[in-house]
Amino acid sequence: MPVSTTADGRKVWQRRTTGRQWAIWAGWFAFVVLLVWCWELMTRTTIWAFVYDAPRQISDLGNRMFPPRWSYIDRLIWPLWDTINIASLGTLLGIFIAVPIAFCAARNTTPSLYILRPIALFIIVASRSINSLIWALLLVSIIGPGLLAGIIAIGLRSIGFIGKLLYEAIEEIDESQVEAVRATGANGMQVLDYGIVPQVLPAFFGITVFRWDINIRESTILGLVGAGGIGLQLQSSLNTLAWPQVSLILLLILGTVLVSEWVSAKVRHAVI
Amino acid sequence: MASVPPVAGRRWRRPPVLIKDRNTRWIVYGGLLIYLALAMSTVDVNWQRVADGLERGMRFINGFLQPDFTSRSTDIYRGLIESLTMTLTSTVVGVLISIPIGIGAARNIAPPVIYYICRSIIAISRTFQEVIIAIFFVVMFGFGPFAGFLTLAFSTIGFLGKLLAEDIEDIDEAQAEAIRATGASFMQLINYGVQPQVMPRLIGLSLYRLDINFRESAVIGIVGAGGIGATLNVAISRYEYDSAGAVLLIIIGIVMLAEYSSSYVRKWVQ
Repeated sequence: MPVSTTADGRKVWQRRTTGRQWAIWAGWFAFVVLLVWCWELMTRTTIWAFVYDAPRQISDLGNRMFPPRWSYIDRLIWPLWDTINIASLGTLLGIFIAVPIAFCAARNTTPSLYILRPIALFIIVASRSINSLIWALLLVSIIGPGLLAGIIAIGLRSIGFIGKLLYEAIEEIDESQVEAVRATGANGMQVLDYGIVPQVLPAFFGITVFRWDINIRESTILGLVGAGGIGLQLQSSLNTLAWPQVSLILLLILGTVLVSEWVSAKVRHAVI
Repeated sequence: MASVPPVAGRRWRRPPVLIKDRNTRWIVYGGLLIYLALAMSTVDVNWQRVADGLERGMRFINGFLQPDFTSRSTDIYRGLIESLTMTLTSTVVGVLISIPIGIGAARNIAPPVIYYICRSIIAISRTFQEVIIAIFFVVMFGFGPFAGFLTLAFSTIGFLGKLLAEDIEDIDEAQAEAIRATGASFMQLINYGVQPQVMPRLIGLSLYRLDINFRESAVIGIVGAGGIGATLNVAISRYEYDSAGAVLLIIIGIVMLAEYSSSYVRKWVQ
């Protein structure tokens, strides 16, 4: 038992043995050393004069941004419509690719456990680890700037998200319903249609609307790399240092995000 | 199963999936179809440019399959070190700041004034994407990983603060009540009544945020906040798809590693 003896010979209970206590202390010490080392590496190229100058920059920026240039709004309506379209069509594209991948990745519906399943899981991880902005950067350089690059970027990023959540939902279904449908002599497609799909459909709609909501957020910035939408306006305003326009665009993005969040919460509430 | 009498000319039909009422169903589906048609018709695609791009797309796929780690290895190495150090420091700082804010934003232990202050801090931090925050920090603090560090720490606060506050609101009140009944001070209440209940989840969430911060560090480099995103941006704008493929594979590998090890750590903690 972890006890220590005090100077006058009494025994005192401790939570941990001395060795364990030292090990924990050494662990924390190593962690702090690692942290300090990382900090040193990271700030090696930092120009501290700019950092000390920051308060002045912040107040300067605040002054420049403050009255948003409201008259700019009529140039933002079409880009906003484009942004919403990028999100919706991208989500649709993502669904079309993600659904078959999810069925291949789920342990209980996959056609081949050792070949197709690992491939499907790799596609899901690859799509999830790369942000839609990076996909957009790549696609703009491949197929040129425009809405199409944005739609495909959003779609590619959505595959991982929808695929992962959907295949987890498929793995959690009630097997007895599938068994019952199979017992009627249904073939594979019929088992899928009557036994599995009805069970995952509510989850599927919930996931889709949730992803649509996230995609609205992400599509607002895709224009920064040239993939269409309101981000294009943001980029050009930033490049010309037109800060009153930037603040108007940010307000508009905020409003759009709040509305899409509200819609998605309503739909998910109705579905689940 | 309910027996359906065999009425001539009537067949069993599948019940509708979501919306039971026929008229609402038609309105909703019709509305969606009209919206899709409108959306599709306003997408203006330059097919000529897309066709020209296909050859480049093939080169990208080739570059992804035969990545070139060597010719840009110093850039990749520097970007990776910046990303990793930025990720670790920003996560630790973000977690340290988000703990008091999370405690303050829990309705059941914080007084109303502090509750509203902390909730608004969380709301501000969660509103905008990392990239937009990064643009502002780059303007304020200059180019480089320091701006990226601030961006990631700032968004960590909103993410962890919110989830931690929700977690604290869900704790078992009986344990906190028992500690309170012994005459414990506020700090002792947090230490003995709340912390043991939320600690496993806090560790899990911090690891998850570490993973997110690494992924985001690859993005904010595009707007000048340092990290491997800058390397990637340079590689893509020079059409060096084999180097870009190498960077992407490194990102995917590290994310997979992080996901695998964090699931292991979470199992060990709980």
